[in-house]
Amino acid sequence: MIEILKEREQQVYEKGESRFDLACEKPSLAGSVSQRACVFCGSRVVLYPIADALHLVHGPVGCAAYTWDIRGSVSSGPELHRMSFSTDLSEREVIYGGEKKLYAALTELIEAYKPRAAFVYATCIVGLIGDDVQAVCARVEAEQAIPVIPVHSEGFRGSKKDGYRAACEALFRLVGKDDETPLSPRSINILGDFNLAGETWIIKEYYRRMGVETASCITGDGRVGEIGRSHRASLNVVQCSGSMTYLAQLMKKTYHIPFKRVSYFGIEDTAEALYTVARHFKDAQVLRNTEELVASEVRRIYPEVERFRTSLEGKKAAVYVGGSFKAFSLVKALRHLGIKTVVVGSQTGNKEDYDYLGEICDPGTVIVDDTNPLELSRFMTEKDVDLLIGGVKERPIAYKMGVAFCDHNHERKIALAGFEGMVNFSREVYSSTMSPVWQFSPARIGREARTAVDADVESTKGHGAARC
Amino acid sequence: MLLRHTPETNTEKTALTVNPAKTCQPVGAMYAALGIHNCLPHSHGSQGCCAYHRSALTRHYKDPIMATTSSFTEGASVFGGQANLMESIHNIFTIYSPDIIAVHTTCLSEVIGDDLKQIINKAAAEGKIPAGKRVIHTNTPSFKGSHVTGFANMTQSMVQYLSESTGKKTGRINVIPGFVEPSDMEEIKRIAAEMGVKTVVFPDTSGVVNSPLEGKFRMYPKGGTVVEDIISAGDSTATLALGRLASLPAAKLLDTKCKVPLFPLDLPIGLRATDAFVDQLRKTAGVSVPESIMVERGQVVDVLTDMHQYFYRKTAALVGDPDHLVSLVQFLTDLDMKITSVVTGTPGGPKFEKAVRACTGDETFVKSGAGADMFLFHQLVKQRKPDLIFGNTYAKYIARDEDIPLIRIGFPIYDRVGHQYFPIVGYRGALRLLEKILTALLDRQDRDAPEESFELVM
Ligand code: SF4
Repeated sequence: MIEILKEREQQVYEKGESRFDLACEKPSLAGSVSQRACVFCGSRVVLYPIADALHLVHGPVGCAAYTWDIRGSVSSGPELHRMSFSTDLSEREVIYGGEKKLYAALTELIEAYKPRAAFVYATCIVGLIGDDVQAVCARVEAEQAIPVIPVHSEGFRGSKKDGYRAACEALFRLVGKDDETPLSPRSINILGDFNLAGETWIIKEYYRRMGVETASCITGDGRVGEIGRSHRASLNVVQCSGSMTYLAQLMKKTYHIPFKRVSYFGIEDTAEALYTVARHFKDAQVLRNTEELVASEVRRIYPEVERFRTSLEGKKAAVYVGGSFKAFSLVKALRHLGIKTVVVGSQTGNKEDYDYLGEICDPGTVIVDDTNPLELSRFMTEKDVDLLIGGVKERPIAYKMGVAFCDHNHERKIALAGFEGMVNFSREVYSSTMSPVWQFSPARIGREARTAVDADVESTKGHGAARC
Repeated sequence: MLLRHTPETNTEKTALTVNPAKTCQPVGAMYAALGIHNCLPHSHGSQGCCAYHRSALTRHYKDPIMATTSSFTEGASVFGGQANLMESIHNIFTIYSPDIIAVHTTCLSEVIGDDLKQIINKAAAEGKIPAGKRVIHTNTPSFKGSHVTGFANMTQSMVQYLSESTGKKTGRINVIPGFVEPSDMEEIKRIAAEMGVKTVVFPDTSGVVNSPLEGKFRMYPKGGTVVEDIISAGDSTATLALGRLASLPAAKLLDTKCKVPLFPLDLPIGLRATDAFVDQLRKTAGVSVPESIMVERGQVVDVLTDMHQYFYRKTAALVGDPDHLVSLVQFLTDLDMKITSVVTGTPGGPKFEKAVRACTGDETFVKSGAGADMFLFHQLVKQRKPDLIFGNTYAKYIARDEDIPLIRIGFPIYDRVGHQYFPIVGYRGALRLLEKILTALLDRQDRDAPEESFELVM
């Protein structure tokens, strides 16, 4: 048994206990093995997918090195975002200031790559050495005639969330630049999908089939030009609400664009997302298209999902993800597969989010905010889970414990969004949970009997070995 | 993918790094700290650094990497991080109960100017460090050096804080293995044991970052050098420092602090460097090289002789960490290969260039430190079209763009396994390298061979 520190007691809750009032939005305890990241990380992941922009990290080399092509946001055109540019500050600049170097770097890069806009990320020490990043950006912007936008992402200014906000502020500077390009009256902006493994493309295609034009994708497969015209769209559809609600609010205030929160993960949530948009347009044709789309997609995927469910029924999962919205959808999608979520948490959830989680979870579920590996592994053992859904740092922990794993963060190679995403998700969960490797794990000895009797779902499909 | 962004002709970059060929010091310090048994590395700065470094090491080793952070906020950056570190030390010992905490700074805490030594003393005075437990620290500003120097700094701090000379010699030999894989550290220990030499190897990440699956999550896997051994390193007969950049600072300090004489050596990668290592062990410990080691050596020479015609005049471009590069270059030139270019983001200074040139001559392009990045390396590859590329995972973009086989060596390797388990040092490591190189060359030859000369026997 490990001790949960007094200070953290309020951040862990088991559903069914009397009072439900989870403490959250607190900075991580000093000295914890927090899974959280910093402001810079938050800004970087949100802005990263804009493929025709220059992303220059102003700071020592580390921050740029760690975010070099790390996210798997794919582009259908330019790929400038996958390069890693850094001012690589040295001791000299730390003493004398890095403005000159920043100016030279920006100028060189813009001349070499001709980007449509440039983002300059200020990292930890830039804030301290007092570089006037704003002024340098303004000067280069005037000289080069493209938007050059400072992103205030000094790591210590808060948590990842504050980085999202900085990113939204930066994005907002690009909004409203294009009043010319014609746009359908039935157009939307897709906010908060980052096109991991091409997910934005799936969603965009649904909207096309519904008869809805996508004015811009912010920021998956994003383009500076598209964002420029986004203020003329009729609706903002926000997926990753943690990161993008602020931008939606800004656009509502300035351009009176309403916004809706959605999720494209799982069958119900995807359908609900599409209906939400269809209803917004109050157009009979769009509504009919949507009905048809949802019906045909569900018909198509249902039998497949059902097949996986047969084997997975009764398994238990732990979910620990960055944003809490993702957690909601995961709980529901897992339920579709017959899997119970017994531990669930996020790095950045707020009060409302946790209240909602409390509502949708079964009694006995452990709900945690900003957990650490020791706690997490304890909850996993106590609740005897079969599967963990999390990010990079969680994967080996699960494996060491003989628990299956599914990445729902940056290391995704297959799309999990939309209806086909649900099939992919089911397959991934199945392939990991039911893998014969667990019979070799000491933790699973005695449990593998269960695995053995379950028929191999994939083989019943009759075509080939989809396991690998 | 990067191809379209990389022009062939050399463009002068004056103020920036494009696709870095190094990363920052703290990650190296974190890795070194993991090489102490029951140690929890602690990152003194904001949360992001710690998260990045843990992700990087997790991706490379595919093992849980534990480390804590001081979780700086705005307040800490204005008023200093003392309160955060004091609280961290208290919390870490209370919750995670390591034997030792190894603190490294980040760029932020460096610029603020936190005096770690003083803070740690204060924590000790206030009873925040339980009896028998320890806290050590190293300075790793990220605007200097690279992950390699960060590793070196933390290793040096182990000596600084821990090693002592009691006057009673243990007869053991210290080996500082350098910034190498756990498999390499393991192999170094095996060779010494095979020769009957008693050693203290530190840091030693074997068994920590390549731990076995035991069915449970261990905060502290079983491996790592125990603190007592690092303490007693001050009573050893001598220190072998493998790799000038990663190991020499610690070895020098052992010499000045505890009067343990040091022998600087290259990383034992390839035949000659391994010979030198084995020979030095033999001389220093006063043992003779056993038959079993001679057999291993003989096997390497045998393969090398059998296959020597395939190496003749093959060209290679290398990017990586200085200590690796120096030994690798020597090995490849011994194989009759030509080196077109050698690039490292770590400032290696004139000594590095000299060491490389001692093997390659003047034809080879050598660059380290500022301006030496993957962008430059890509340009060099375009211009000189080598037969092979040696580098970490990031070199795969270049390998693909230029259609040249890549031998993955160095840090980080995110997309393959094996580095955790199979050494590249020692004679066995040399065999493995030979196999990798030959397979790459011969696969290429097979692939490109016209139908009529595509044959069963090479
Ligand atoms: S903030 Fe500094 S120490 Fe931290 S990751 Fe970035 S470069 Fe490295």
